[in-house]
Amino acid sequence: MLRYIARRLLLTVPLLVGISLVSFLMMHMAPGGPIGSGTDLNPKATAESRARLKAYYGLDRPLHVQYGRWLGRMATLDFGDSFSPDGRSVAEKIKERIPITLTINVLSMGLIFLVAIPVGVYSAVHKGSLFDRISTVAVFTGFAIPTFWLALLLMILFGVTLGWLPISGISSLDYESLGTLGRIADRGRHLVLPVLLAGFGGLAGMSRYMRSNMLEVIRQDYVATARAKGLPEGTVVFRHAMRNALLPVITILGLSVPDLLGGSVIFETIFAIPGMGQLFYQGVMSRDYPLIMGILTIGAFLTLLGNLLADVGYALADPRIRQG
Amino acid sequence: MNGSRAIGRDFARRLLRNRLAAAGGAVILFFFLVSALPGLFASHEPNRIDIVNILRPPSAAHPLGTDDLGRDVLARVVYGARVSLKVGFVAVGIATALGLLVGLLSGFYGGWVDAVLMRFVDMMLCFPTFFLILSVIAFLDPSILNIMAVIGLTGWMGVARLVRAETLSIKERDFVAAARAQGAGDARIIFRHVLPNTLAPILVAATLGVAGAILTESALSFLGIGVQPPTPSWGNILTAGKDNIEYAWWLSLFPGLAILFTVLGYNLLGEGIRDAADPRLKGR
Repeated sequence: MLRYIARRLLLTVPLLVGISLVSFLMMHMAPGGPIGSGTDLNPKATAESRARLKAYYGLDRPLHVQYGRWLGRMATLDFGDSFSPDGRSVAEKIKERIPITLTINVLSMGLIFLVAIPVGVYSAVHKGSLFDRISTVAVFTGFAIPTFWLALLLMILFGVTLGWLPISGISSLDYESLGTLGRIADRGRHLVLPVLLAGFGGLAGMSRYMRSNMLEVIRQDYVATARAKGLPEGTVVFRHAMRNALLPVITILGLSVPDLLGGSVIFETIFAIPGMGQLFYQGVMSRDYPLIMGILTIGAFLTLLGNLLADVGYALADPRIRQG
Repeated sequence: MNGSRAIGRDFARRLLRNRLAAAGGAVILFFFLVSALPGLFASHEPNRIDIVNILRPPSAAHPLGTDDLGRDVLARVVYGARVSLKVGFVAVGIATALGLLVGLLSGFYGGWVDAVLMRFVDMMLCFPTFFLILSVIAFLDPSILNIMAVIGLTGWMGVARLVRAETLSIKERDFVAAARAQGAGDARIIFRHVLPNTLAPILVAATLGVAGAILTESALSFLGIGVQPPTPSWGNILTAGKDNIEYAWWLSLFPGLAILFTVLGYNLLGEGIRDAADPRLKGR
């Protein structure tokens, strides 16, 4: 097992290099550049000052030299400095943005599990019932609803019409003057809608997935055996069937990392949440090369890590795979 | 030949008997009609600015209200259907063609071809897709053409894996060996024997893919890096909805409903095709 993990970890290195190379080439082959966006409209910017800026950021070097430098710095985990006027280090910028994005994604994961697993299990056990049919329709609608649109509707309903929840940012103006409890409550009120929306897409997918796993497991012989032994139905469903149906969910969890990261761009932009997604969006808009490269690399790393954890977790949970 | 036609008829009958799939198909046909004959559904020009009547709620003159420039929302939603349809189909066309090519080559030839192509697929799958799309789109001019290309070029990996898996199993079948024995070359075997047998899962993936592409386009347009105004798209009407969220609910509601129904239509049809092609999987 340890050897397997070590081999997988080693494999991520060439993958990450490949990914960074693709990102790098893509960025640099596109027309325009970071210097253009800041100086095109400035009448005082001369060709000479532009060249100086280019040299300052190292953009005058041939592409392979630039990439080599970036890769060399990455080897020491140095992400470089952002091109934005504040010129702060990319690592620092990302570090201060990650907690809020992670908080929202973890909370929404929790929401997905709390709702989707019971719904999926109940639908499967009572296949064809009214509840099953209603939840199937709900799942299909859930798949088709654009998250950002649902966000708008909920903002109108809870923020504008009812006035119950704030619709942007992560804290109120008077946040600093609140006590600890007040701060927690305030932060909570700001996070309700984002967490709900971040989890929404996964909710539909996960309950459908759980339902089909459960249907698969229920047909197995050992479930019939458990019933034939005279075990109570609750024991059969929860102890025998559900535990096995939950196994593949581990995989889905690991594989959903890229979707969650991608989704954070949308809901962080809508709700003006200062997280990774918003940072990436701003970076892309201002062509902040080091920042974009940094976030793409971290995103890819998290994705690979998710895949690895999914495989390892699955192997740990299922002895058939561990020994095979 | 007769046999395959009978299978086709059987397939069509099963598909039509599935009420949800038929409803999905009807919705899709309806939006095709809207795109083909927009004049029939909207009496106003989608880009006619009318500053006297800005942000008017739904009325007899403007059934879905007007936007922040006084343009008729119904007309913009109707003309927006064209954009969605075009992006959906072209993007999926690109993704499917590319996925087919990679999957067939990979599965049929195996060996180092397979190893190289599949490692590339693994690599592409490591990017959070939306990050990837965003970083490419933002650097290019945000034209409809670029959007279609980027969505297509970032969405082929699933099809490639699917086709590869199918090819791996099909190429071992007896009829392929028989064709080989009759002297058929690689190209003939790939296109006459392997490809037709992978069509059902591809059709399912493509139908669901159209839904995905439409959702992605609307999200990009909503963020302001997709279809650019004044060209109406469902996503960029919603941007106006967000900007006027406190005054004009109709700007947010209707374009979203259009997206919802279209996507639902493709999803239901796709699921229906899957069930009809392989009745064993029904109800899963």
